[in-house]
Amino acid sequence: MHGKALPYLLLMPATLFLCVFFLYPFVLVAFEAVTRDGAFTLDNFRTMAGSWKFPVTVRNTLLLAAIVVPIQLVMALLMASVVSQLETGRSAALYIFAIPLGISDLAAGLIWLAIFDQSGFLNTLLSHLGVVDRRIMFLGYQSKLTIFIAVALAEIWRATAIMMVIIVAGMGLIPKEYYEAAEVFGAGPWKRFVRITLPLLRPSLQTAIILRVILAFEVFAVVAALGGTNLPVLMGETYNWQFTLQDRNVAAASALLILAISIGFTLFFLRVLRVPKEARI
Amino acid sequence: MAEIAIKGVAKRFGGFTALHQVDLAIADQEFMVLLGASGCGKTTLLRIVAGLETPSQGEVWIGGRRVDHLPPRERGIAMVFQNYAVFPHLTVFENIAFGLRMKKLPQADVERRVNRTAELMHIEQLLKRYSGQLSGGQRQRVAVARALAMEPDVILMDEPLSNLDALLRLEMRAELKGVLAASKTTTIYVTHDQVEAMSLADRIAVMHQGRIVQAASPVEVYRNPAARFVGSFIGNPPMNFIPATKTGNGSWSVAGLTLPGPKSDKQRIEFAIRPEDVDAGSEGLHATVRVIEPLGPHTLVTCDVEGGLFRAILESNASVKVGEQLRLAPKADRIRWFDPETTNAL
Repeated sequence: MHGKALPYLLLMPATLFLCVFFLYPFVLVAFEAVTRDGAFTLDNFRTMAGSWKFPVTVRNTLLLAAIVVPIQLVMALLMASVVSQLETGRSAALYIFAIPLGISDLAAGLIWLAIFDQSGFLNTLLSHLGVVDRRIMFLGYQSKLTIFIAVALAEIWRATAIMMVIIVAGMGLIPKEYYEAAEVFGAGPWKRFVRITLPLLRPSLQTAIILRVILAFEVFAVVAALGGTNLPVLMGETYNWQFTLQDRNVAAASALLILAISIGFTLFFLRVLRVPKEARI
Repeated sequence: MAEIAIKGVAKRFGGFTALHQVDLAIADQEFMVLLGASGCGKTTLLRIVAGLETPSQGEVWIGGRRVDHLPPRERGIAMVFQNYAVFPHLTVFENIAFGLRMKKLPQADVERRVNRTAELMHIEQLLKRYSGQLSGGQRQRVAVARALAMEPDVILMDEPLSNLDALLRLEMRAELKGVLAASKTTTIYVTHDQVEAMSLADRIAVMHQGRIVQAASPVEVYRNPAARFVGSFIGNPPMNFIPATKTGNGSWSVAGLTLPGPKSDKQRIEFAIRPEDVDAGSEGLHATVRVIEPLGPHTLVTCDVEGGLFRAILESNASVKVGEQLRLAPKADRIRWFDPETTNAL
């Protein structure tokens, strides 16, 4: 066996698998998105954008991402800083913080539903404390804001840990000597964080943010569980086109739009958080 | 004025004692070298002065101010780290400027100071580069420039030359000495390299197992070691030690030679002599030649004396042969005596 060919040969099965089960369906979907009854057309996109729900779904999805991701980033940085400085119990803290990671998004949605539901924990607590006389309907179709807040809370609770884990790993890669040098040369804790940790953490921040933003645009099950159709989001609409309205072509167009947004943001963060080769650790 | 006083400083890590009650006074503008083998506590002591480590007990004073409770940035110090710790995400200019920016100096002052120290360290052409584009020697220069730019009262150096190759180390050593003398700062310099210590120091503090064994000028440390460890650690080859037996009051028998020595009530003490302080002649210690190493300026002869190894540095034209019986006469004023129990000089 020639040594040079071996790695490629070993990669072959995985590559083939991805081609058959990912690339090929993807091409099919892309094809469906730009055709109808075999003829090339952009009508699918027009239909999608023309729906009265479309502006609302785009707005809800972007707004959710714009609120949830920054909050998660700040919280993940805070948690990671604390965890990184622990001398004992570090892994225990990591495991506890990471528990929500092991729960599927639908389950996460259901857990928060159990909290916010009319017969849920929150209502029970409030009525036992005597704060309210009547149980409140937090997630009714009239209270869009509460639904939005509940979804945001569930998303923050569910997916902050993934960012934290990436950031903790990144912090572990920064040599201690840089902090000591910064300390000797006059930087207090906050300055050390801003001038040393953040810049040297850029590769990890890049990974964490991109991963999280992509997931934010794919938000679906949590919204479905907490808001039903009261808080339409892009992924939910794609589902709707496919299964409720039985129009696979428009559903494909909608899926491509989500992909385009994800790629756009990925490229944006790759560019903004780029570390020049000469400035790496 | 930045004299440093270390008073009764001890450091324990769990059950391990890294430093036992160390006392050391360093004068203003003095160049003090902490010398010792790895694990002797020298770096711990330096880090305690820097404020990167908290002493378990004792006090640190810099310039008449007690600093052991202050964070590093309030101690008026600058430091050069063993691995340089040149920030990879900043240019050389911003690295040197780092401390000045933390002090919120006006931009004009920052530029003036950075340019001046860069010129001093011959790195003015590298100011726009990043650490990843520099060689080890250049990074070292950046680290020193960053410390000098602070115009600190005290510069602390933790084995700054140990990562450089031999030739570069020689060059940087001479340059450091010049630059630091001109900067009029007090310097504490940690090294395990005795040649570096001898060539740089105003005074050397020799450390061993968490204690300062001797703190004196390089020549004094070399010629009059205060303890057996200092004699065996400093000098290449090290000092020779031979057991001595009492033959009378202040008279000792050493390898077939009777020598006047200290008056002691002990029966056995140790005789010590540097390899270069013996002459081959008709009188002296009975020695059998084992190995001869001609080194050019002189010849290193390893002999058997009383069953132990004994190294002598003889003139390069001395004609000795392996197996030959020699008489090595110690220079009377260069003989040192040690107590074998306390290992201190007598």
